[in-house]
Amino acid sequence: MTDTHRIAGIAALLDIANLDTDQIMPKQFLRGIDKAGLDKGVLWDLRFDGEGRPRADFVLNRPEYAGTRVLVAGPNFGCGSSREHAVWGLQQYGIRAVIAPSFAEIFYSNAMNNGLLAVTLPETDIIELMKETTEGAAPMRVEIDVDVMIVRSPRMTRSFALSDRHRRMFLEGVDMIGATLAHKADIAAFAQRHWGQQPWVRDVARRTKQRLERR
Amino acid sequence: MTPKTLYRKLVDSHTVVTLDEQNVLLFCDLHLMNEYTSPQAFAGLLEQNREVAMPGQNVATVSHIIPTHPIQHRVIQDPASALQASNLKRNCELHNIPLFDTNDSLQGIEHVIAPEHGMIRPGMVVICGDSHTTTYGALGALGFGIGTSEVEHVLATQTLVYRLAQDMRIRVDGHLPIGTTSKDLILMIISRISAQGARGFVVEFCGSAVESLSIEARFTLCNMAVEAGARGALIAPDETAITYVLQRAPDIDASLRSRALARWATLRSDEHASFDVEHHFDAEDVAPYVSWGTSPDQSIPITGTIPHAEGSQRARIEHALHYTGLAGGMPLEGLPVDHVFIGSCTNARIEDLRTVAAVVKGRHVSPSLRAMVVPGSGAVKAQAEAEGIAQVLIDAGFEWRQPGCSMCLAMNDDVLAPGQRCASTTNRNFEGRQGRGAITHLMSPGMAAAAALTGYITDVRKLGGSND
Repeated sequence: MTDTHRIAGIAALLDIANLDTDQIMPKQFLRGIDKAGLDKGVLWDLRFDGEGRPRADFVLNRPEYAGTRVLVAGPNFGCGSSREHAVWGLQQYGIRAVIAPSFAEIFYSNAMNNGLLAVTLPETDIIELMKETTEGAAPMRVEIDVDVMIVRSPRMTRSFALSDRHRRMFLEGVDMIGATLAHKADIAAFAQRHWGQQPWVRDVARRTKQRLERR
Repeated sequence: MTPKTLYRKLVDSHTVVTLDEQNVLLFCDLHLMNEYTSPQAFAGLLEQNREVAMPGQNVATVSHIIPTHPIQHRVIQDPASALQASNLKRNCELHNIPLFDTNDSLQGIEHVIAPEHGMIRPGMVVICGDSHTTTYGALGALGFGIGTSEVEHVLATQTLVYRLAQDMRIRVDGHLPIGTTSKDLILMIISRISAQGARGFVVEFCGSAVESLSIEARFTLCNMAVEAGARGALIAPDETAITYVLQRAPDIDASLRSRALARWATLRSDEHASFDVEHHFDAEDVAPYVSWGTSPDQSIPITGTIPHAEGSQRARIEHALHYTGLAGGMPLEGLPVDHVFIGSCTNARIEDLRTVAAVVKGRHVSPSLRAMVVPGSGAVKAQAEAEGIAQVLIDAGFEWRQPGCSMCLAMNDDVLAPGQRCASTTNRNFEGRQGRGAITHLMSPGMAAAAALTGYITDVRKLGGSND
């Protein structure tokens, strides 16, 4: 099994509902024009106090959690802002998968488009996983087999669902734009038909801006 | 034929190819961009040596990082932010994409400028690297937010691989009580269905209360549907919507008008169309709503009290109360605030500013706080100045600033200090959103105006003045 098919490592618990992308990647880290250095900003206010000192009690700061690969999180993970920086930052920090009862829609798409695995499990399973995470003396390790879509913890084995498209994207890293450009002729034909029916939407941005500039 | 929802009609009319059972290749009529979620997308195009497919269907504005100091010619002092702005300009020039640049007199928040200049038309699909793109449902256009990878995809193809959503209908009948607005209505709805109550759905709002809303009030309603997790929000375009659009779209002239009207008349859910989930609310139940916690669904009527940390939400409530420094059983009425912010894509349009002016006219902002108004766009600002509203606000002690997203997300230098409490007309009361350790109370413009005058959160209906 190659590396893209299997994710294994320490799982850290973030038992917070509606953990929004403002918290995952705060505003002060969104000023770049590239994707570099976002690992620094991940979960900043949770990881550091007001003076920028690490909070010793925060799970990811505990020495035994160094190299965490998986987050076990609360419902509606990644809600709020569409900023894809949240996904890039988690990946740069070393996170390969997030397991949660539910994900916000834009975050889910962003995660899949970047190969960050979002695993949805029923809330009861998440509660079990959370218990298991907190009960052991050492951090819990989990293993995720993307091929057969199974999550294993020391006490539990659960299967999860991924759409065929997302599974393939994850395993094969499909060039989405390249795949769509294979439909280039269909898109051009569609646009001609569409604009024939609704000429008022053609070039709507350019025509509006030109009109405003003439004023 | 199977009856269809408005949502399905919009998807079907934009489907280039059906990819599989869950996904279609969706044509996008208009793509809006800002300076901070687009740079990596343009860089990706360059890396792959790809062109922008249809530049005239794209438009950009500098909105999130722009300073709002009340000076004529704006200079972005922060070097990283200045680079984002100059980078956007360069990318737009390179690809022939229209841009509302930093010192364009019509610059503003993307979700304010696009509809006010007639770029949003019923039946369109509109996307943007910004979650509040749901706003455009107010005009019968399907709008939704996307990430930067998808921004790149749209630039290169003018389409998106689109995962179909389910259909939800939210009916609101009756009359909104005097002193309440669509902001109060949406906060009530979110507080009842939760921050993920509409996750996976496109919501169609309907009912007599929705029909009687102005278009700007509908923008507010659809804008915040995303705070309930919705992937989109829609209101079937009626005469009010069509009048709004035609007044702003002179290119839809006599030669096109009857065709456009005929097309737009089909933009409603068929009579027997089925929805996966339906909710029904009574507008009479709406009161001025204010958030007390750290998620928009943690909101209560000003006449109510903060819930106790108990039941299934105990841990969540405790966590939020710890952050906001409040306690279960407390009323919000009388809670002092340090700051009042009137702005954002939710509530910074001319009607919002008129409401604020009506409340504060002839009165003065409390000396205990700082109050600022950041209009949604250059056009809104100019109109408010022409109507004399700006002067009313300035005379009352508000700072009258330049347009931008400003303190809604505090990406520019409009940031609250730790522990500061803000009465805010924005859309998110997340931890740290307006500044690390700062506390946000979401409310309507009239309620924020009342807080500005008294220095504490209070029921605007007690102050008199007109607020509807």
